[in-house]
Amino acid sequence: MLLAIDSSTGTSVAVVDRDGGILAEQAVDDTMRHAEVVGALIRDTLSAAGVSAADLSAVACGMGPGPFTGLRIGIAAARAFAFGAGKRVVPLVSHDAVAFAWYAAGNSGDLLVATDARRRELYWSAYTGTTVHGLPIRSAGPGLAAAEDVPPGTGMRIDADAVSAGSLGMLAELTWAAGAGFAADEPLYLRSPDVTMSSRKRVTA
Amino acid sequence: MNREAPLVLGIETSCDETGIGIVRGRELLSNTIASSMEEHARYGGVVPEVAARAHLEELVPALTAAVAEAGISLDDLDAIAVTSGPGLSGALMVGVGAAKALAVALDKPIYAVNHLVGHVGADILDGSGTPFEYPTIALLVSGGHTSLLLVRDLVSDVELLGETIDDAAGEAFDKVARLLGLPYPGGPEIDRLAALGDPAAIRFPRGLTLPKDMAKHRYDFSFSGLKTSVARWVEKQQDLGNEVPVADVAASFREAVADVLLTKAIAACADHQVPRLLLGGGVVANARVRELATERAAAAGVALRIPPLSLCTDNGAMIAELGAQLIMAGHGPSTLDFSADSTLPVTEIQVS
Ligand SMILES: [Zn+2]
Repeated sequence: MLLAIDSSTGTSVAVVDRDGGILAEQAVDDTMRHAEVVGALIRDTLSAAGVSAADLSAVACGMGPGPFTGLRIGIAAARAFAFGAGKRVVPLVSHDAVAFAWYAAGNSGDLLVATDARRRELYWSAYTGTTVHGLPIRSAGPGLAAAEDVPPGTGMRIDADAVSAGSLGMLAELTWAAGAGFAADEPLYLRSPDVTMSSRKRVTA
Repeated sequence: MNREAPLVLGIETSCDETGIGIVRGRELLSNTIASSMEEHARYGGVVPEVAARAHLEELVPALTAAVAEAGISLDDLDAIAVTSGPGLSGALMVGVGAAKALAVALDKPIYAVNHLVGHVGADILDGSGTPFEYPTIALLVSGGHTSLLLVRDLVSDVELLGETIDDAAGEAFDKVARLLGLPYPGGPEIDRLAALGDPAAIRFPRGLTLPKDMAKHRYDFSFSGLKTSVARWVEKQQDLGNEVPVADVAASFREAVADVLLTKAIAACADHQVPRLLLGGGVVANARVRELATERAAAAGVALRIPPLSLCTDNGAMIAELGAQLIMAGHGPSTLDFSADSTLPVTEIQVS
């Protein structure tokens, strides 16, 4: 059983079980209130699933790509929860959860997943299908590009407004069961920090 | 919950220090600090996004180190405390998100507290003497804030007397250091140079001390004009082809800052008939600020307290202690619904 958290778009929290599926899932789509809502979402989702921290095997965490302020809060929450519960964090690429859900619904073929990166840019990832275990095969990305420069892709395109922690958690269960590798344990900001370098200007003319 | 000597873990991420503190009642068990200061050096000041990224990376290592140092078990904690504000909002949110998740994982209450009031609470952890009784005047000076508080009661009655209307004092040190070609952070560099210079060499202006300003801004500070005045003086020397006497500039600038800080702080003590002055914030590291505080307080018959530097700079122990004080005073926990508030007023000691 896993707690899953993704804040690459809004804030989504789920409790999943490999055999039982998504036991509970709650989300707040607002992309500006992650820090406000993440605590109550975790508490309420656990309680809706009737699960306590001790029952979990690990915490699945969407590492993005996503706008950094919000993305970071979900990762901080996942890491702190795992620290408190004495469990490990299993990191995943957030776009993979969108692709996983689409293929799991019976679709096949090429897929392009895009999410909002603000500043008229998009985060994107391309997929070609699934492994025998049903894990999505990412052929390119995650990347960051101006809306008009996102690779056109040859199949279906999903512009996702939300990443479901339920899908993310089920993908983590399947990845675990298949013995496949998880993502790197680092946030996928895909953008350097904004730094305004102030120059040494004269104050007198 | 143990209300006599609660075991509290505090999380502080309002600026560039990731602070995790653990206290039991009034006893300090760990004050673990990971700073991203070096990452900001090449920018000449704290870059909010760089600070926020560093908090995320330092969080779990700092938690792990603090718990190990304190030699406690997480299950024994009575509560989690966290800085809700004021501070850099993206940085604050890392601590807020983490603290909430930790509290839920451990099924412990959470106390969302005010960073500035936390600086005052740090005094309680100073093992070198009995902490101050209240009321006390508190002068908090760092790269992020310059505030003068009247603390009648730590957990229920804190009044903001004044604050900077432009740059924080620490920021002024950084900016003047830069224009003198000194590296970041500027405070220690200016301090080092100033020791070799004449503090009376140049009479730089004392912001908001003229009679007309004192009416409206008796306890407020302004350092932007001082910084400009230093820049103008330096440029004039350069234009005249003179070598800039950097040690004299540093000493005179430092004197102007220390003078205005302590003049206003001592005036606040006199006006409110409070014979106690507490210093906090990183600028307390400045030798001249400490020296002048000692002189002026003695002359005014004011008892002075300066906690050790590790408790003056931003840290999680002060946040844990403020949480512990709230618990000991019988205050209930915050809900899980508070947010980070970059401009949290000092009157909001705990956010519900
Ligand atoms: Zn501070």
